Amino acid sequence: MSRSSEEVYLIINHVKHKKTEGTLYLMGERIAWMPDGKDSFSISHLYADIRVQKISPESKEKIQLQLVMHDGSANTFQFSNPMGRASQLKDRESAKELLQQLLPKFRRKINNELEEKNRMLQEDPELFQLYKDLVVSGVISADEFWASKQGQNQQVSNTSAKVNQDVGVSPAFLADIKPQADGCNGLRYNLTADIVESIFRTYPAVKMKHAENVPDKISENDFWTRFFQSHYFHRDRINISNKDLFSECAKKDEEDIQQEIQEKINDPLLDLTQMADSTLGEGYGSTRDDTQIATNPSNLSLIRRFNHHSTMVLKACDKKTQPSSSSSSLSSSKSSQGAATNGSSSSIAAHLMINGDSNGASEKEGDLSLPPSSKKAKLKEKIHLDDLEEEGDSSGPALNLAKMERYLHGPTPITTSQYHTSEDMIQASFNTQMQVKHWIPNLTQVMTSSSAVSILGEISPGGALMQGTSQQQLDQMVPAEIQQELRSLYLALCELLRHFWSCFPTTTKALEEKVVRMKANLERFQSAKLNAVKAKLTSSYTVNLIGHMEEMLNAAYAKFGAWQNKRLGKK
Amino acid sequence: MKLNIDGLLVYFPYDYIYPEQYSYMLELKRSLDAKGHCVLEMPCGTGKTVSLLSLIIAYQKTYPLDVTKLIYCSRTVPELEKVVEELKTLIEYYEKETGEPNDLVGLALSSRKNLCIHPEVSQEREGKTVDGRCARLTASFIRNRAKHDMSIPVCSFYEEFENQGREAPLPPGVYNLDDLREYGKEKHWCPYFLARHGINHANVVVYSYYYLLDPKIAELVSKEISRNTVVVFDEAHNIDNVCIESMSVNLSKRTLDKCQTNVEQLTRQIQQIKDSDAQRLRGEYQRLVDGLRDASVARETDMILSNPVLPDEVLQEAVPGNIRNAEHFVSFLKRFVEYLKTRLRVQHVVSESPPSFLRDCSQKVCIERKPLRFCSERLGSLLRTLELADTTDYSSLILMANFATLVSTYAKGFVIIIEPFDDRTPTISNPLLKFSCMDASVAIKPVFDRFQSVVITSGTLSPLDMYPKILDFRPVTMATLTSTLARASVCPMVVTRGNDQVAISSKFETREDIAVIRNYGNLLVELSTVVPDGIVCFFTSYVYMENTVAAWYEQGIIDNIQKHKLLFIETQDAAETSLALLNYQKACENGRGAVLLSVARGKVSEGIDFDHHYGRCVIMFGVPYVYTQSRILKARLEYLREQFQIRENDFLTFDAMRHAAQCVGRALRGKTDYGIMIFADKRFARADKKGKLPKWIQEYMKDSVCNLSTDEAVQVAKRFLRQMAQPFTREDQLGLSLLTMEQLQSEDTLKKLEQKSQMVEF
Repeated sequence: MSRSSEEVYLIINHVKHKKTEGTLYLMGERIAWMPDGKDSFSISHLYADIRVQKISPESKEKIQLQLVMHDGSANTFQFSNPMGRASQLKDRESAKELLQQLLPKFRRKINNELEEKNRMLQEDPELFQLYKDLVVSGVISADEFWASKQGQNQQVSNTSAKVNQDVGVSPAFLADIKPQADGCNGLRYNLTADIVESIFRTYPAVKMKHAENVPDKISENDFWTRFFQSHYFHRDRINISNKDLFSECAKKDEEDIQQEIQEKINDPLLDLTQMADSTLGEGYGSTRDDTQIATNPSNLSLIRRFNHHSTMVLKACDKKTQPSSSSSSLSSSKSSQGAATNGSSSSIAAHLMINGDSNGASEKEGDLSLPPSSKKAKLKEKIHLDDLEEEGDSSGPALNLAKMERYLHGPTPITTSQYHTSEDMIQASFNTQMQVKHWIPNLTQVMTSSSAVSILGEISPGGALMQGTSQQQLDQMVPAEIQQELRSLYLALCELLRHFWSCFPTTTKALEEKVVRMKANLERFQSAKLNAVKAKLTSSYTVNLIGHMEEMLNAAYAKFGAWQNKRLGKK
Repeated sequence: MKLNIDGLLVYFPYDYIYPEQYSYMLELKRSLDAKGHCVLEMPCGTGKTVSLLSLIIAYQKTYPLDVTKLIYCSRTVPELEKVVEELKTLIEYYEKETGEPNDLVGLALSSRKNLCIHPEVSQEREGKTVDGRCARLTASFIRNRAKHDMSIPVCSFYEEFENQGREAPLPPGVYNLDDLREYGKEKHWCPYFLARHGINHANVVVYSYYYLLDPKIAELVSKEISRNTVVVFDEAHNIDNVCIESMSVNLSKRTLDKCQTNVEQLTRQIQQIKDSDAQRLRGEYQRLVDGLRDASVARETDMILSNPVLPDEVLQEAVPGNIRNAEHFVSFLKRFVEYLKTRLRVQHVVSESPPSFLRDCSQKVCIERKPLRFCSERLGSLLRTLELADTTDYSSLILMANFATLVSTYAKGFVIIIEPFDDRTPTISNPLLKFSCMDASVAIKPVFDRFQSVVITSGTLSPLDMYPKILDFRPVTMATLTSTLARASVCPMVVTRGNDQVAISSKFETREDIAVIRNYGNLLVELSTVVPDGIVCFFTSYVYMENTVAAWYEQGIIDNIQKHKLLFIETQDAAETSLALLNYQKACENGRGAVLLSVARGKVSEGIDFDHHYGRCVIMFGVPYVYTQSRILKARLEYLREQFQIRENDFLTFDAMRHAAQCVGRALRGKTDYGIMIFADKRFARADKKGKLPKWIQEYMKDSVCNLSTDEAVQVAKRFLRQMAQPFTREDQLGLSLLTMEQLQSEDTLKKLEQKSQMVEF
């Protein structure tokens, strides 16, 4: 046993894994399995690693439980209690129930950030390769790697991606609970945690009931049995008797509907009640035989239920993203009173903040009609024919520059081998100018025209001197795997160099330290990776394939040297 | 841009123009020149309103003597407000281009409910209550009384308006309902009466149909409008029903019971007055003898009751002697109520013409035609004399008096049907007297006679020749314009069978068939997997929709729909439906997508637009025939056949198809919009149905899409949606469906336009 202090919730004997008999342990933080006759776990999973548990269908002979991990692997356990099928089932059920309670608890514990990083690595193979090259091989630490990545991400998209979107509720979630006949005149409903969550989110009233009754008054199981037995779940809601646990929910729903209807619809284009401007009084006009018939009340309630259901599903997503959308603020905050323990006061505060403008203010006053300005805007929008209008100066989104000078000057070419100061440059250009000025063509010592022609032939494509120099041939010469390797080397090096160059100008102490560290990293990279590859390649190729990489490194070293000199000089 | 429409300088507030807008203006100009009426059809979303306004305003400015006023009638309040906003844009453009300050006055008029700014009265939500409470504060005798007695409340807004507002004309500008309210608040004047007063000198008036077509209101509101006026009925595809409704009356047992109590109340009131102020009654009697129509007292606020018959039918003689005396009149009313009660005590359905009803009436209770004709007039006078401001209590009695006047005025074009019970519940006695107008031309005739040009226009008016027939007028121009599209953004198709090849149809024999219902359901499910955002479905009737939804629930189809989209359903309750609509739009907006089930001829199909992603696909489940077993309809069909030689079937199909077109047209509100239109009934494939759809839909209904099964339709839809998803720029449209100034001036384009516009000359 690895940790003796761990709490063991459940031990189930006679559990087979891959035909081996063993014992299943459900402990405080993990599930583990020990083959018979040994005293160590051969399988052990943290609950947090488990994505989902699956059970074998009723019809199957073997009673099995499958655990699917986040990484996609799975373990199947077969329950083989010699006492018979019934007890096997019982074993499985007990394990399942316990897992069902435990898994959601641990699911939340998974570090959100880690998951995100994991996702990023999975989605981007290049990043993954880089990660392997740099972090796994120990060139830089993981934290540093991610820190720089994050900075990059934020530069690219400051706000997006960070807001994680809530997953809505499927409108068909009730339909997904397909009852199965269990053979003895009963129905079985399979409820997963997701469905329960959906029900709670969509029908806060049910959640309230659940909180009230479970587990003090009735058990979880009982609650759901009653839920499905109740007419609340079924179509003809009108017949809910008072004994029904959910009669209150139905009443509450009804109230909610009425309340929302009472709240006047703000959109003048949608409010059917205010639409007609007829002054035809009662008794005038022809009665429309067709539409004004008393209809079947159960059908009507069915239709109402669909409308309500859809509305609630819509609201379920609304609620989290914006705690109180202006139109449904009242009802949502009310309905969530019992449901959300974070309290309605906070949501109202948020509401005030959101609607700090005049729009919100007027709403508070109880003036329900839309303020004229926004109503007018709505009308304007409706009547406007966009395509008839000359396209105005479409002011696109403003360019957000993190470093202005970079945008203005463009990337500077990497100078070969030596790092030059600006004086060097001026001096060099001056020298060239001088040379050009003072150049006198020595016409007596030129080549004969015939030899010039032959040399030209040699150096044009296909000539003797041009062999083995064209890009295409190099491309064909080097096998794909080496190209791949070079590519990943390039990427890794570029990443390191990016780190290195991003330290300049060194404004803080931390950056200075980082420069030194990065320099060391670069050297380490050159000695550990680059030189090894170079040694391998020089034996087989005449061309120096990593020449450019070396140049880049040298440029960096030169810069470092210059910087260090300057620093030392300062001191 | 500035356009030259047949020699008329028209300012058009956009930089480009659709070719059909140009043609539309040409047609309109021609009919204005001819001072005649016209019928114009142009697809929805091609800027009808702005073309209409641009041309007529330009005409008004150029020929101020020929056209003095534009009356623009539309159906719903949002519609009205949209028109006024368009007018505002146009006037702003005028100001910008010409540099001269605007001298036009344009305003919207709506009921008190939408205009009142009185702090208490405006809180009421029911139109009738607002009217009633307003009358209680502003009626002339109440104001008179208030002069002596400060405790009687009056509306300060109205008083201020009465004192100052009448003399000061509205400054030039365009006033929407909100602007009127603002202006009223600022000046402390009543916006409603300001607008009513403003009508007389405004250049453009925007209000609802009823202000012209319902004689009861038209008499009050639109009496003083001059002949040199252009009247536009927009969205006029249903205009005949509006005409009919404003002239029809229903009397139930309950109404008559209320009438009886009203009569008793009146008796008591008269008795009181007699005791306190007998002079007043004597004065009234004297006035009636003199034959004065109470002109002295009748102020615009005393909207007690105006004549329900058309102005040219109102008798200009004195009230007959036997009802001049208030008590006599009340007992006359009593007798008439009793008579109607006996008529309602029938065991079988009675259908008779007004003359036979009158004969029976005179035989049984000795009530002659003449006093009956004066019934509403006389009642109005009495109510005024009794100084009853809020007449809402007497609405039943007023209804009955109106009926009496109508039935004795019109011998032709009306029918009286007395039903002892509702057809669906034959065991429950629920007698109802329906006095129904069958001839839409009756109500609209004065409008055609009175104004020099009446424009009937809509997106769906096909077949065009039906409207002049049923409204009985002779248009000088009739034109249907198709929309020129740079890409086929309309995708109509007729689905005739399901995947199992069972024909689908909503016809009576098969509509309950489980296979048909399932096929309808599968069509919707399949489409909901393909079509993005919103899908709108229309059923032929509410009952049919309910039953289908119930059947779908049992068949598990609803579950399948919900897997892809949220489901919203229209109910008979307007507020509930509005809420469903709001959520439907929300669901379309946030990308979940939704399905809306709704009813043709319902409120949604008439008033709500499903532009762009709110309606990418419309499905018409069945042909939306009117309920053909209705006796009123039967009587009307018979009348149409005899009077206008319109065959019953032609009219029924016409009626069904205009509603179908209206429904599917809801999804397409512009040229950049696109939508699938599915007609799911095998009967749509027939030539007599297809041929009655508007041209702009028919154009795209190739034979290849007229007999599809569900899966074929889904394939077509998929291909269509993929095409529509391609980028679409102005360059694609230019020259084809969008014209610049230069293009418009070139000869070629003009010639093309000439060919395009399909003229139906008479």
